[in-house]
Amino acid sequence: MSSQEKTKVVLLACGSFNPITNMHLRMFELARDHLEDTGRYRVVKGIISPVGDSYKKKGLIEASHRLEMARLATLNSDWITVDDWESQQLEWVETAKVVRHHAELISSENNNDDVDTVKCGKRRKLEQNTIICQSSSYINTKEDPPRLNLLCGADVLESFGVPNLWKPEDIEEIVGRYGVACITRCGSDPEKFINQSDVLYKHRKNIHMVREWVTNEISATHVRRALRRGQSVRYLLPDPVARYIQEHSLYSVESEQKNDNAILAPFQRYTSAN
Amino acid sequence: MAGRIPLVLLACGSFNPITHQHMRLFELARDHMHQTDMLSLSLHFAGLYRVVGGIVSPVGDNYGKQGLVVSKHRLAMARLALQSSDWVSVDDWESQQADWTETVVTMRYHYDHIAAQYHNSKDPLTASDVPQLKLLCGADFMDTFKVPGLWRDDHVEEVVGRFGLVCVSRGSLQPDRAIHESDLLSRHRQRIFLVREWVHNEISATEVRRALRRGQSIKYLLPDSVIDYIREHNLYTQDSEMMNKEVKLRPLTMQTIQD
Repeated sequence: MSSQEKTKVVLLACGSFNPITNMHLRMFELARDHLEDTGRYRVVKGIISPVGDSYKKKGLIEASHRLEMARLATLNSDWITVDDWESQQLEWVETAKVVRHHAELISSENNNDDVDTVKCGKRRKLEQNTIICQSSSYINTKEDPPRLNLLCGADVLESFGVPNLWKPEDIEEIVGRYGVACITRCGSDPEKFINQSDVLYKHRKNIHMVREWVTNEISATHVRRALRRGQSVRYLLPDPVARYIQEHSLYSVESEQKNDNAILAPFQRYTSAN
Repeated sequence: MAGRIPLVLLACGSFNPITHQHMRLFELARDHMHQTDMLSLSLHFAGLYRVVGGIVSPVGDNYGKQGLVVSKHRLAMARLALQSSDWVSVDDWESQQADWTETVVTMRYHYDHIAAQYHNSKDPLTASDVPQLKLLCGADFMDTFKVPGLWRDDHVEEVVGRFGLVCVSRGSLQPDRAIHESDLLSRHRQRIFLVREWVHNEISATEVRRALRRGQSIKYLLPDSVIDYIREHNLYTQDSEMMNKEVKLRPLTMQTIQD
């Protein structure tokens, strides 16, 4: 299959990244390998989108730090980038909105690249019987925009079932209109979970289950715990991130108490709407 | 940390290649021996130590393990990985020996070296003791003691009894069970420090080699500098994994099983 026929994919990971760890970065690598291994996809970009402070998760430190750590972590990556749109919004933004925002951005970037074919398209409207623009070579040079897939762990997919955490129409949009690349732990049964949900089952073709054969549970929670106890986190996250944390004395007993009495933004929004 | 016993941690192994997991062993062991974690399960004697150094000692090529690439590369990769470490270094003595060297022999060499340095530079005004040397290992290492013909009893006695072990548990392996099942190890359980690695991280050098053979990404499992080296020298292929396939592990050919 020539590379022209492969579907381009952009992977978008939303999350706290509090802080970013080697596990987060591995997710991108595993997902890219998996998708490209099918022979049908070419992963062209990865986006890390840290959640805004208004998410109100316990222990969530300022977005400015989380963004900077993610940037430091991806300095050596030639395809993974960090985006601050989500964290710059005043209110918490639903994941579906973030996905939609990036999909629209990708689409318009794609349109701007194909200036000649856009002009040609306009000409087609004016000259109805134009043969030139209807020739197959013109149609093939206008490439479809890359497909956006939400990259996440199995816990996120399973969280679709938590009451008042997600709007049903948002779930439908994410899996139906876009797509999901989900990293699953060995020992878990991802197919079973898809089977148990009508909306996931309906869009199962858009859900790519990426098997993680070897356990790698370096979690941000664990990293924060180690830091509170004065333990080393070296080699659990990139060196520049570990240094940044140390320089700014992030993650203490105090920082973990942030938002202790707050209600998580989605719960606040959806339960009050009922 | 005044008055604490200075300690050097020595890790022997293939380092084929070195990974973040190997380097984590040192970090976890140091924290444990310093006892910064007050909830440590192995409360006895930890906290009396001050870790002053770490040594990575890659095994020699004559070990005969399947898939072992030449020590020149394994040393170079370890050095690249540890370039930014201010306390762990790589030593090539073991890999430079003509034949495979028993762990206890390597330990004696490093201990003698450390002791000589200490005596040469000893300032009569300081109260520090001669540094101790302990073997740093993963929990899977504890199980090797019961493989017939792999270890001499008197060597195990010396490694554990004279020097001591710092053993980091990995995944579901239970090192305390290995201790329980061995009379020798049980007798020296005070000299075995068990460190719990709470984060479940089973990514090993074996997994890294497997990913490389399959053209999969190994980024973030080991330092970029090591990844670049592997690609430059095209290490770890189907062929390299076949190295020593028919060869018996050197320790098994060297020692006779004692009745």
